[in-house]
Amino acid sequence: MSATGIGAAVRRKEDHRFITGKGHYTDDVNRPGQCHAYFLRSPHARARIKSVDSKAAAAMPGVLAVLTGSELAADKVGNLICGWMITSKDGSQMKMAPHPALAHGSANHVGDAVAVILAETLAQAKDAAEKVNVDYQVLPAVADPARAQREDAPQIHEVAARNTIYQWHLGDAKAVEAAFQAARHVTRLDIINNRLVPNAIEPRAAIGEYDAGSDSLTLWNTSQNPHVARLVISAFVGIAPENRLRVIAPDVGGGFGSKIFIYPEEVVCLWAARRIGRPVKWVAERSEAFLADAHGRDHVTHAEMAFDGDGKITGLRVKTVANLGAYMSTFASSIPTYLYATLLSGQYDIPAIYCEVDAVYTNTVPVDAYRGAGRPEATFVIERLVEVGARELGLDPADLRKKNFIKNFPHQTPVIMNYDAGDYLASLKKALELADYDGFGKRKRESGRNGKLRGIGLSTYIEACGIAPSQAVGSLGCGVGLWESAEARVNPTGSVEILTGCHQHGQGHETTFAQVVSERLGIPLDNVSIVHGDTDKVQFGMGTYGSRSGAVGISALVKALDKVEAKAKKVAAQMLEAAEGDIVFRDGKFTVAGTDKSAAWGEVALNAYIAHKFAGQELEPGLKESAFYDPTNFTFPAGCHVCEIEVDPQTGESEIVAWTAVDDFGTVINPMIVEGQVHGGIAQGVGQALLEHAVYDKDGQLVTGSLMDYCMPRAQDLPTLKVDMTTTKSPSNPLGIKGCGEAGAIAAPVAVINAITHAIGTEQLEMPATAQAVWQALQKANNTRKAA
Amino acid sequence: MSAVALTVNGKAVTADVDPRTLLVQFLRENLRLTGTHVGCDTSQCGACVVHVDGKAVKSCTAFVWQLEGANVLTIEGLADPNGPLHPMQEAFREHHGLQCGYCTPGMIMTAVDMVNRKGHDLDDPTIRHELEGNLCRCTGYHNIVKAIAAGAKAMEKGHAHKT
Repeated sequence: MSATGIGAAVRRKEDHRFITGKGHYTDDVNRPGQCHAYFLRSPHARARIKSVDSKAAAAMPGVLAVLTGSELAADKVGNLICGWMITSKDGSQMKMAPHPALAHGSANHVGDAVAVILAETLAQAKDAAEKVNVDYQVLPAVADPARAQREDAPQIHEVAARNTIYQWHLGDAKAVEAAFQAARHVTRLDIINNRLVPNAIEPRAAIGEYDAGSDSLTLWNTSQNPHVARLVISAFVGIAPENRLRVIAPDVGGGFGSKIFIYPEEVVCLWAARRIGRPVKWVAERSEAFLADAHGRDHVTHAEMAFDGDGKITGLRVKTVANLGAYMSTFASSIPTYLYATLLSGQYDIPAIYCEVDAVYTNTVPVDAYRGAGRPEATFVIERLVEVGARELGLDPADLRKKNFIKNFPHQTPVIMNYDAGDYLASLKKALELADYDGFGKRKRESGRNGKLRGIGLSTYIEACGIAPSQAVGSLGCGVGLWESAEARVNPTGSVEILTGCHQHGQGHETTFAQVVSERLGIPLDNVSIVHGDTDKVQFGMGTYGSRSGAVGISALVKALDKVEAKAKKVAAQMLEAAEGDIVFRDGKFTVAGTDKSAAWGEVALNAYIAHKFAGQELEPGLKESAFYDPTNFTFPAGCHVCEIEVDPQTGESEIVAWTAVDDFGTVINPMIVEGQVHGGIAQGVGQALLEHAVYDKDGQLVTGSLMDYCMPRAQDLPTLKVDMTTTKSPSNPLGIKGCGEAGAIAAPVAVINAITHAIGTEQLEMPATAQAVWQALQKANNTRKAA
Repeated sequence: MSAVALTVNGKAVTADVDPRTLLVQFLRENLRLTGTHVGCDTSQCGACVVHVDGKAVKSCTAFVWQLEGANVLTIEGLADPNGPLHPMQEAFREHHGLQCGYCTPGMIMTAVDMVNRKGHDLDDPTIRHELEGNLCRCTGYHNIVKAIAAGAKAMEKGHAHKT
């Protein structure tokens, strides 16, 4: 391993600009002549928009225009779309309701944008918004997914009877029924996976600019995938042809899924910029983000696990209602289906699985991918069932897991996935050692002496990353391919620019991608620059989400570097007057095998461009290669997290006293960065388990609509984390990478709940397990015990 | 409009501003010091922390007209542009105390203020408690806590810095 190559904990190249205040986020961009947009949003969960009177607002100082859904429709701006077609079990297609960028005719959730006010300053736009008079006819609303399909629930969209988008299923119902008939024990759970607000610390922003000279548009936005934004805005919304729309996503301050999607505000900024002939800038306020950014999770589930007399799992049956909100966001349909039910086998050899998912509309903010996206929900279901099952059967939860682990690979699950590699026993064993699992009893007695209840909870999770191959996801309904591209531009002086279709928003690609180049070409990190996030520079790419940048994006980079090396060898052969097959490239030097004749990397790069040593008709001058990489399979990171918790029975307050994570991410490019990803994921998972909850009242008002009401994890809510790894390489990509971005958020929530329920001795506990919720669960359990 | 004169990163600045202009807006929009960020609208996140007369202040909570004659230090002024990084900046880099970088300027300004008030030997609970006004969504705080402890020690060693 070189000091800057694969496996080295290199300090990040991108950090200098961030720690000196020189980052370049969308809100830091200001265009000459720009005006400011402010969105007027519906205060009602469901209402008919009878009229919008904007005369008084339009006359306010500084106001340039007030635009509504009527103008948007008149200009034939297309609707936003959901790009993954799900087919119901009866063969019908999912019911996608129209989603205009500005509400037209009706508003369907609190926060639905009804009008946009464009003014010289933001303050003027806000002042004018108060003068817009919208005449609403308020209609009954439904926010609770469990109520959405009831006969008495209001129907939100004409296309979706009983607010049902699809009724989908996966697996073998008959085989599962037989397993349950024969079962010696069945564990049953009702689970609510709480609705979350992603809350990347950088709020979303967009700037639209129109150039009349070239009749082209530019969008700066906070996007995780600028090319897909360009594609959708061109092909479906119809704002501009793809060749005359440039999308730039500069530094982006965290995404966690919420910046994957194509949102109304960016469409409106582009449309309005052309309409008024001025750049239009919009930056979300945090409270606005609560009403306008896609939320995450929100499942209501009943799940059952069948066991034989030996503690072996024989069947799993899951029924979930997934809330997709008022409109179908860009990838919403795929999250509770192909990213959820396909992971329900967990790390276990389960012969029969059957899962039914109903997706419903409600009068709430759209729900889409949020860190983990379907996989935390699946992990929560299976890891709760296994833990509770073990407790009911009187077995050690670690032993029950060991008994059921998949031990041979590849392993075909009953729910599509074919696990390619893993060693679940190894990660469990290492985690239990690091967590001193055997010493728990002693620690519990000590806690007891201090009047505290102590619990320990496990989570042996699996996830599927690097979603692909394109052919497979296409057959499941995905509207795009999920390959990645890379282009390696070698300069005449030997320095290199790598253009990637991935996008970094905290992941450190400028360092890790450069490490791969440094190792391969034997050049210093400083001689490598990573270019991303601009559709005029990078030809095409699918962006960054689903922990795909390493497994898919770096694989594309490796493929491009293979081509660079092959071409450079041809140049070197000409320079060294040797046969191409005799050229060996190692440590940045081309050598003729068996001789002392050699040429340095930089000399070969220069010769590729000056082209003096070869006939340009026989060998093309230049050194630039590109590659598209489509993986052969998903990757399957997995691991074991152990949470140890102390509960104060007087107050219900939980304190995480220890956290151990042992993850298998395959090959790791930069362990420092990977550990950082694990830390952050755990924090988000702990947030879901203990603190975070997007709460709607029965009328569809978001009760937790700001950071004053929605509890984000703070430094004090988290312990020092013990993070370690085991390694089995993925056979599905050239470097053996699996992906690490979501693991913490997938593993953590259920580890916390398993620990708290272990401590308090009752399984009746929903997330978030606030002090109040835990205290109430304890009282209820005590009362039940007394009554018995 | 309100006239205001103050010092920002050692330079005298004057302006005539709308009275509702917040300090953070003045820094970002008038002075183009975009290192100070806005992450919320309820003074929870701390992305906008700067120093006013040597004390950490959330720049979204002050009107700029309130700061007549004040001495404001932002992330851009923490280290001499031609000199080495401030030890706290260096510690965040060394300990991977940042990912997306958006909360980072506020974190660093809070951390320096923490050292000024609490000294150079900061234990884990103290740092975590002191960070209650700063949100990070990326790092899980683990490496931020490590960075601040190390940065505090490095500041003691007499590296040239302004606070």
